[in-house]
Amino acid sequence: MDALSAVLQGLPMTLGLTLSAFAIGIVGAVPLALGLSSSNLPVRLASRLFVDLVRGVPIIVWLFLLKFGIQIGTFKFNPVGAAIVGLGIVSVAYLAEILRGGLQSVPRGQGEASHALGLAPADTFYGVLAPQAFRIVSPSIATYLTGLLKDSSIASTIIVTEMVFQSQAFARQHPTVEGILPYIIVGVLYIVLSLPVAYLSRRLDSRMRKAIYA
Amino acid sequence: MTWLTEWVGYLPQMMSGLGVSLLIAGISILFGYPLGLGLSLMVTAKNLAVRTLGLAVVEIGRGAPALVILYLFYYGLPKFGIAFESVTAACLALTWNSAAYSSEIMRAGLQSVARGQQEASNALGLSQRVTFFRVIMPQGMRSAIPGLMGVAIQVFQGTSLAYGIAVPELMKTAYNIGSQDFNYLQIFTLAGLCYAVISMPATWITVFFEKRMARHT
Repeated sequence: MDALSAVLQGLPMTLGLTLSAFAIGIVGAVPLALGLSSSNLPVRLASRLFVDLVRGVPIIVWLFLLKFGIQIGTFKFNPVGAAIVGLGIVSVAYLAEILRGGLQSVPRGQGEASHALGLAPADTFYGVLAPQAFRIVSPSIATYLTGLLKDSSIASTIIVTEMVFQSQAFARQHPTVEGILPYIIVGVLYIVLSLPVAYLSRRLDSRMRKAIYA
Repeated sequence: MTWLTEWVGYLPQMMSGLGVSLLIAGISILFGYPLGLGLSLMVTAKNLAVRTLGLAVVEIGRGAPALVILYLFYYGLPKFGIAFESVTAACLALTWNSAAYSSEIMRAGLQSVARGQQEASNALGLSQRVTFFRVIMPQGMRSAIPGLMGVAIQVFQGTSLAYGIAVPELMKTAYNIGSQDFNYLQIFTLAGLCYAVISMPATWITVFFEKRMARHT
């Protein structure tokens, strides 16, 4: 059980990374999703280029770029900072694309009806469009969160002491057959950790469905 | 401008790294799709043992990070006396990954074929094999195409993780150049562009197919 406790030492870092990056992602994705569905062509194209470029480059490249490539004066990213910012930027792009899909799937008539009723644009967005869009995208967001949890393992390549890094450290100290244990344990842990997210998402989804039809 | 001239100098090395990345991605996809089809049939099989085995392979392949599977093959299995070259380990891990993801997409595609197609084939007296390969699969795979292209892009980007087991692919090449000249910003930007030049158009083509499919159904 040494292997398990070694891997678990990295658990807080894995969760911290995932949740920080997710928070950055949600906050940044809202304006970007609006940019993606803007009627202003330059804004829309710039948002689209940003999203496609960020998604077109593997996460490990973003992490190395931030960790090793960025030096402003005496400022350099430490491993955790680079990992949070890197995973955060990638989350912004993916979540913006998910939110855009949600906004687009709200029937046009909803916006037009709000306009006809004389609602202000802000009220239309926050009171009419956003709640419906969120209902549509909440399962996709949960799926993305479990993906982000797995992607946080890439931070081990820039020496962030999360679960995979701890597994490697343990395996290196135990050159016997025992050294394979942490890799199996950590793989199972990622699967176990994504179960509650899937469960909560399903509950949220069914609760919101009831809220509509009740 | 100095960046551009230096980039041109790095390009030959980077291109050979990109070649290794594309090779690993190609092999993993080539083996991953047929295995994915097999897994999707296992998951929908009537036999409980077959179904459970299929589900386990798929859930591990999708649920565990690709990096962990990679390390398991490269660092873990040698402890049992099963050792692989780093490139082979990368291909095996990414094949598992792509098989698991594509199996779910293919399963959804196959299940989206209307039941009547199966019943009509039975009524016409077609054998199970002919029914599957000539009636169900062609229709089911059609709707799976955009998803499968997405898996291919994901696998190509996933080859960058092979950096972790010292495969001389694009990312490792970039890191080696960077640690010689300490021009990390430049070289990783170039590496990112190399990935983006392939991933971005591939994504646009996928979106194009998605839209076409949506129009026809």
